[in-house]
Amino acid sequence: MSTQVAPNPTIATREDPMVPRVFKVQSVRRETADTSTLALQPVPPARHVSGRAARVGPGPSDGAASCAFSPGQFNMVYVFGVGEIPISISGSPRQPQHFIHTTRVVGAVTKALCGLKRGAAVGVRGPFGSAWPLREAEGHDVVIVAGGIGLAPLRPAVLELMAHRDRYGRIALLYGTRSPEDMLFRKELERWRGRFDLEVHVTVDRATAEWRGHVGVVTALFHRATFDPSNTMAMMCGPEVMMRFSARELIKRGATVDRIFASMERNMKCAIGTCGHCQFGPMFICKNGPVLPYSALHSWIEWREI
Amino acid sequence: MQEQPLDAFLAAHPFFKELDQAYLHLLAGCASNVVFQPGQYLFREGDQANRFFAIRQGKVALEIAVPGRVAITIETLDDGDVLGWSWIVPPHTKQFDARAVELTRALAFDATCLRGKCEHDPKLGFELMKRFTQLLGQRLQATRLQLLDVYTSSA
Ligand SMILES: Cc1cc2nc3c(=O)[nH]c(=O)nc-3n(C[C@H](O)[C@H](O)[C@H](O)COP(=O)(O)OP(=O)(O)OC[C@H]3O[C@@H](n4cnc5c(N)ncnc54)[C@H](O)[C@@H]3O)c2cc1C
Ligand code: FES
Repeated sequence: MSTQVAPNPTIATREDPMVPRVFKVQSVRRETADTSTLALQPVPPARHVSGRAARVGPGPSDGAASCAFSPGQFNMVYVFGVGEIPISISGSPRQPQHFIHTTRVVGAVTKALCGLKRGAAVGVRGPFGSAWPLREAEGHDVVIVAGGIGLAPLRPAVLELMAHRDRYGRIALLYGTRSPEDMLFRKELERWRGRFDLEVHVTVDRATAEWRGHVGVVTALFHRATFDPSNTMAMMCGPEVMMRFSARELIKRGATVDRIFASMERNMKCAIGTCGHCQFGPMFICKNGPVLPYSALHSWIEWREI
Repeated sequence: MQEQPLDAFLAAHPFFKELDQAYLHLLAGCASNVVFQPGQYLFREGDQANRFFAIRQGKVALEIAVPGRVAITIETLDDGDVLGWSWIVPPHTKQFDARAVELTRALAFDATCLRGKCEHDPKLGFELMKRFTQLLGQRLQATRLQLLDVYTSSA
């Protein structure tokens, strides 16, 4: 399956990208005290039966095809009556029957979203945006750098890399989080750590007494991972300050700016490049990003006022 | 017998990269193998900096003790890391606590022995000063990044 950035067919065929589709919360999984993973399943469109609106069961083309996405893309998720926010897709592109979203509570909408129960309805527009350069990374070592909730948008990329393991050189996942309790996808990380073809390094800022792993920010993990920086494709997601320091570290080690990719975040409204809300220098993050090469970002990301 | 493997270990160590063979030999001459049990302190803040360490195996937490609270770990160091810069910078006082988190084997370098040799041979002194100021920079950066709390904003 292609994981390249391609115009999204679900957007192209929909009449109005500003109109959300109705989805149902299929399951809710609590990841940490403030982070939850929701599976969202499309609700089939209503059909009129003898003057009354009636739901019909999913047909062969309903559901499955409509949740296709490329790793790195995001949806605009609308909690009815509260608001609409961009949230990356954290599931596997091989399971297009639903969208998986992992959300950390920071304000009103994320709180309402994480508080939803199974069966609740939400609006979804998308998927939008660019994807991780998985095809371009073939033949290279790959370093995934995740900070905090930034592991969520990178999870689909890791799953795809693993699904085509023979196409890549060494793969290292460096994950930094605030404390052991804030660690996302804990069980999955353990499974990944057990693999011989994936190096996983986790570090925390604040350790508890039981924590036996590394302490320090994610940049301290680079020298622990085995990869050839000059032949590496790096993919980063996390707070901007973390990505800035990680990119500096990669460049210091010999990585090139056009092989470092970052998923950027800006508050969004339209997500289709018309409102200007997500402008970042000359780019609109919703349209040109969120995944962008560091060569396009670095002069802007180092600029304080941007 | 003992020196040969130490020379080889130092030659392969990134921290001592490209240091003259003679200097490596000299460093090895000031070094001895040490072992720390889990929970044992390699040194404490305020101690005289009379040793620095190259960790061969294990894990060490660099901590700041906070009265009435759990110590704050700034960074953990392990195989291949060098620990301790204050031996070369006056007043030669340790700035952190260093606690073995697990069984740790290290090379301990005698600071008095090395300081004397650095005074005597400014080229060696400058070489080591360059490397240890880099280490000092790394510790400062690690402390700074910890203060920034880099994972707070949402991603
Ligand atoms: C492309 C993209 C993908 C995203 N993916 C995810 C994801 O997978 N999981 C997830 O939990 N979050 C993700 N976010 C962030 C998420 O959109 C914001 O947390 C959300 O919009 C906050 O809305 P709120 O109403 O809960 O909080 P608000 O009340 O709007 O804000 C609360 C606090 O969060 C800050 N904040 C709001 N939005 C952002 C942002 N985009 N970046 C940094 N700080 C912000 C505000 O400045 C404020 O301090 C993504 C954002 C973008 C642009
Ligand atoms: S959100 Fe409107 S232009 Fe990007």
